[in-house]
Amino acid sequence: MVKWLNVDWPTRLSTAAASRYAQNNMAAVVERGTVANNTQVDQMSLKKAVSAASPLTLRIVAECSVTKARACDLILPHSAVSTPVFMPVGTQGTLKGITVDQLEGLGCQICLGNTYHLGMRPGPELITKANGLHGFMNWKNNLLTDSGGFQMVSLVELSEVTEEGVKFKSPYDGKEIHLSPEKSISIQNSLGSDIMMQLDDVVSSTVTGPRVEEAMHRSIRWLDRCIAANGNPDKQNLFAIIQGGLNAELRKACLDEMTKRDVPGFAIGGLSGGEEKDDFWRMVTLSTDHLPREKPRYLMGVGYAVDLVVCVALGCDMFDCVFPTRTARFGSALVPWGSLQVKHKQYAKDFRPIDPDCQCPTCKRHSRAYLHALFKTDTAAMHHITIHNVAYQLTLMRSVRQSIIEGRFPEFIRTFMKRMFESPDQYPRWAVDALASVHVTLE
Amino acid sequence: MAGSRMKLELCRVAQGRSRLGVLTGLGRTSQQSLDVPGCLLYTHFGTVPHLTQDTLHTVSNLPAVTQVTLSHIAEHQEVLEEFKDGFRKFAGLHDTVLYCSLHDPAVLCPTGYTTNKTVSVWGSGGRMELTVAKFMALQKTVQPDWYQSMADGETWQSNTSRKRVRKSVDRTLTHLDECLLVHQNSQELEGVEVFGVVEGGDILEERVRSARETAKRPVAGFCLDGFQSGSMDQALKTQLISAVIKELPEDKPRLLQGVGRPDEVLACVEAGVDLFEGFFPFQVTERGCALCFDFDVSLDPERAGRAPHAVLKLNDDQKDTVGETQQNGDPCLDQTQMTSFEINLNDKRYHDDFRPLVEGCGCYCCKNHQRAYLHHLLVTNELLAGVLLMIHNTAHYHGFFGALREALASEKLDVLKRQEAGESASLSP
Ligand SMILES: [Zn+2]
Ligand SMILES: [Zn+2]
Repeated sequence: MVKWLNVDWPTRLSTAAASRYAQNNMAAVVERGTVANNTQVDQMSLKKAVSAASPLTLRIVAECSVTKARACDLILPHSAVSTPVFMPVGTQGTLKGITVDQLEGLGCQICLGNTYHLGMRPGPELITKANGLHGFMNWKNNLLTDSGGFQMVSLVELSEVTEEGVKFKSPYDGKEIHLSPEKSISIQNSLGSDIMMQLDDVVSSTVTGPRVEEAMHRSIRWLDRCIAANGNPDKQNLFAIIQGGLNAELRKACLDEMTKRDVPGFAIGGLSGGEEKDDFWRMVTLSTDHLPREKPRYLMGVGYAVDLVVCVALGCDMFDCVFPTRTARFGSALVPWGSLQVKHKQYAKDFRPIDPDCQCPTCKRHSRAYLHALFKTDTAAMHHITIHNVAYQLTLMRSVRQSIIEGRFPEFIRTFMKRMFESPDQYPRWAVDALASVHVTLE
Repeated sequence: MAGSRMKLELCRVAQGRSRLGVLTGLGRTSQQSLDVPGCLLYTHFGTVPHLTQDTLHTVSNLPAVTQVTLSHIAEHQEVLEEFKDGFRKFAGLHDTVLYCSLHDPAVLCPTGYTTNKTVSVWGSGGRMELTVAKFMALQKTVQPDWYQSMADGETWQSNTSRKRVRKSVDRTLTHLDECLLVHQNSQELEGVEVFGVVEGGDILEERVRSARETAKRPVAGFCLDGFQSGSMDQALKTQLISAVIKELPEDKPRLLQGVGRPDEVLACVEAGVDLFEGFFPFQVTERGCALCFDFDVSLDPERAGRAPHAVLKLNDDQKDTVGETQQNGDPCLDQTQMTSFEINLNDKRYHDDFRPLVEGCGCYCCKNHQRAYLHHLLVTNELLAGVLLMIHNTAHYHGFFGALREALASEKLDVLKRQEAGESASLSP
């Protein structure tokens, strides 16, 4: 067993970061803009240059007068992103059989790559030679990369977390590998993503006790190491990840500490891992309550339609999840009334499109029956559903955004829920409570 | 239902046999056409493997004829019957000519299942037996523009007995007569064309008899069956095809089944074949390979007086791999084996190769991606590998047919063939 050195990391970094943060706040420009005509309550359009140093600008286009929802333009190095946004996950530098042109055609402005997978294969050296992940996969819009830590904890059984970093055995060749905050950022610098995530100490959301507190404090220390390690601060944005498990005090402490740092954005982490939904939404809303208004908020690992709509209402801007693309490969198509299992026998003679109202290339051309039969013959069947599901997620978020801008988001939520569930008594309790907390009552 | 009248207009017959022309009068409106020598668009149940309509249509100059096979369709007969509007509409194919064949050319069928009354096809749910009645009922629901008549094609193996070969010729003729009888009495099939099937294994007299008898029937064209790649050596294949073609009328198209390798295609075009099934790019894709042979037949003044230009020239890159792959011309039943016309992107050498699959290729894959990325997609088992390779291989293969027609138009084929034989020893049988 290797003993890891406990290194005392210089605290002056966080002090410097804090002073930069203060500067930026002073430089912030708040502008009043024109907003939706039909809202009575004061809505404000906030235009703000977050930081001269960070390659990110968040323009708040509209804020919901009832909920905490907001519609923003997030300007990133490769293009502007309209939020709220769902970011499809392209784990290995590709989105499950979809070409980059198809993805762009669906209106995707930002997608994810996984640092752990890409760091293993093809490796940071090759990606550097290929002009970063953008060049390697030929993706012209924005990329967000995770830290790689989550995969290690979730995929690799033999992992050990110390102050230095995460240590694990490579599933490819059994070699012992160590991922420190510096190493994670170095790989992400090679990938050249527009948004990088700090390495955090991930604890399952169902774990309680001192380990959660330790992980929270360690994540703060690791954030400072990541900030210091970023070799590309003028091109790549580093987001902090709020930890603290399901403990409100710990989360608050983490929020207080992390928001002192000059980071261009924040993620809400450590959730969406099998915890009770009741705990989940309370942690989300606590986080957005204390996150700075002028910076983007990214809720990690959330992608079910209902979760998306509720968490937008709670004030989150960005989401990612493998679910829509993973479930597509099993023939599960996402629809406004839930999902449709194309492979089920009942669709063998159903000549309607997956969703008659969907404008995606799949629904415009193919029937449920054809897709049902094609699943027995060719992998292209999966691609058809993947395209539909990505289109569904992106369209849902565009509709959400539009309703926020037009000042009718609460009404949108009610219509959405009515369509999704057969009757109000099927509404999940947590969603009803969460929405009630932001003044939206469902009948 | 509007009747289509298929017509072969030959504009040139080179070297006595190679035919250049246009197959016209195709489709429901009789407005579509296919250049010959030509290649059909290979599909799985109406879908080019791995591709959606968006990715497929990044490829330009696709053939106007799509091939579907009963091995994929038969199990869905009930669904198609309920749908009523034919397979083309069912599969979301709006503007293509539909050709329905019996078997999937990319898969060798097991032998020993044919009876006097039935042939078998293999779908996702296993074997299905087709009688003429069932076969014709399928054609009525599929509603293709043309179809291959039912045939006993179990004689492709070289050790098939003379007696078995004779039986297959007889059965196939009987099936054809029965199919034609049903066809002529089916209003749904008015205007639909039938291709008769020439069998006969590797026995010359049976081949001639099959061709001669089939030609007496009212068919629109001919399928030459039992010449699957590897079933016999090219010399015998050429000899048999030439003998068969002598018996066939000049004004009807000849479709060769199961042959897709570029060198074999060239040899068979010289023997007088007009049409091929486009399954070869799919097989290349499935083994993680990319077609990379040079078929640029334009006379390059730069090269004039230097190395003569060949139709099928290995590019430099791939020359090193030839040694590892099968020797050209060896009969090999394993169609999954790599040929000398392709590079294997699984190979570690492509790990940091930032060139396109083929320099100068205008396909979506080559214009947007590099070999290193394809290698990565294959190593990580990503679905996009199949998509991108299939785009390139389809574009490359159909481009080859275009070049082949150009060569015929300018009478270069013979010259180029000879150059090729003299130049790349590894390519001449
Ligand atoms: Zn759709
Ligand atoms: Zn290409």
